Amino acid sequence: MTTTSSPPPSGVAQPGRIPSARVAISARTLRTDRWWVSPLVTAIVLGVFVVYTTVRLFMRNDYWVGEYHYLTPLYSPCLSNSCAPGSSHFGTPLPAFPLALPLPILILPILAGFRVSCYYYRKAGYRAFLLSPPGCAVTEPAKKYTGETRLPLILQNLHRYFFYLASVLLLINTYDAVSAFLPADGGFGVGLGSLILLINVTMLWLYSLSCHACRHIFGGRLKHFSKHPMQYWFWTQLSKLNGRHMQFAWTSLITVMLTDFYVMAVSAGWIADLRLFN
Amino acid sequence: MGNQRRFQVWRGDTHGGNLVDFDAEVNEGEVVLDVIHRLQATKAPDLAVRWNCKAGKCGSCSAEINGRPRLMCMTRMSMLPPQLPVTVTPLRTFPVIRDLVTDVAYNYQKAREVRSFMPPKGVQPGEYRMQQVDVERSQEFRKCIECFLCQNTCHVIRDHEENETNFSGPRFLMRIAELDMHPLDAADEEGVDRKRSAQDEHGLGFCNITKCCTEVCPEHIKITDNALIPMKERVADIRFDPLIRLFRRKRG
Repeated sequence: MTTTSSPPPSGVAQPGRIPSARVAISARTLRTDRWWVSPLVTAIVLGVFVVYTTVRLFMRNDYWVGEYHYLTPLYSPCLSNSCAPGSSHFGTPLPAFPLALPLPILILPILAGFRVSCYYYRKAGYRAFLLSPPGCAVTEPAKKYTGETRLPLILQNLHRYFFYLASVLLLINTYDAVSAFLPADGGFGVGLGSLILLINVTMLWLYSLSCHACRHIFGGRLKHFSKHPMQYWFWTQLSKLNGRHMQFAWTSLITVMLTDFYVMAVSAGWIADLRLFN
Repeated sequence: MGNQRRFQVWRGDTHGGNLVDFDAEVNEGEVVLDVIHRLQATKAPDLAVRWNCKAGKCGSCSAEINGRPRLMCMTRMSMLPPQLPVTVTPLRTFPVIRDLVTDVAYNYQKAREVRSFMPPKGVQPGEYRMQQVDVERSQEFRKCIECFLCQNTCHVIRDHEENETNFSGPRFLMRIAELDMHPLDAADEEGVDRKRSAQDEHGLGFCNITKCCTEVCPEHIKITDNALIPMKERVADIRFDPLIRLFRRKRG
């Protein structure tokens, strides 16, 4: 902690004093709380998610339960000739993929781009992975910093485009969730899987609607709310959701993983779907 | 009767300094500034500290307590871990003058660089009329007491002094947001584009929204969510979103 061996100063201005010198404290931080827990947990959870989804995307099986119309969100929409029969709600405009190519190769960049450029995940990622900074008032290790002024990080400003594209996927996920209540033998049916898909798509909606870009598009860009009462109302409601964007970001990330795992477990025959009705 | 606590207070000036140990009496309900004043009165009469209102409204007594940027007058002793010494240091981002007092002139320089409020032509002070729903976003930012804790904790300048020239810090980017959202600000008509100014002159692109400014704000202003991110989105409208520009051109 001690920075020099000189005694405490007398308070009298001394000749030769250096102008504009910051306080010289060599310690990276003097914080006594466990500031490192949050970035560590963030890195672990995001790391687990990335590893899990990567493995699942290359597995190319157990993503569709034809009997109950359960399609995992990681493979929706499935557009290739390689997709399992019945899992392609919108046809198969794409040819069969070689084994090395994940089936959701088109939706993967959208989902990843939406999450990576999300204002909440930017905070989490910069802190946990780039250590920029690892915690407030904790010195970052990098010697130089240009932030989001240059490539590649300037591309984070394209978040709204990922929002537009992810919204289309969300509509498809909603269709999948509704389909999960319409089993193959006809009629209406409810299983644990359909409820899980419903919860998952609800969390995805909340995450997308609470997005900062969404809030801006629906009214944040206005200067005079009084001239646009409908947009003001939307902006007000979205602002309420926006205050919980972090919770929705984490919850939806986990529900996607759990939903995929449940569909895989049912599809692989590890467990039978718990049917509540029909 | 109070209890004894160990304090480590940074003492020094631009030549250097160190953490000096003090044992001080602490009474129930006291804040850190009370104890610093007790040290001044009993053990270190030449200890330099800047303070004024003792009510969290003047923004003078900013310091780093146990490494966290805080107002000394709003930090209750009871919220600090009792088993550890209390460390009090000056703000690290600004040049130290002496002991706990720093030179915050950087902030006043940046304040001068923000173009002031520009009312519409012909509208005189006293004739301003606006609706509450239009002005309430800007009003949140008016709660700022200019303690400069957000400026101090922002890693863009805290860890990279070389960025001081090109980055104005969260407080003044928030000031630009306040004016850009202000229903009566007519800067556009005067040829002043506050969005471009925020990006090009005040370094909005340096901000990576890690929210430390929001975390330390004693007025609980949502600096990141309500000022910085909306400004980034407004800059994206004019700089990174050709669709918006096309749409606006068509709409006229």
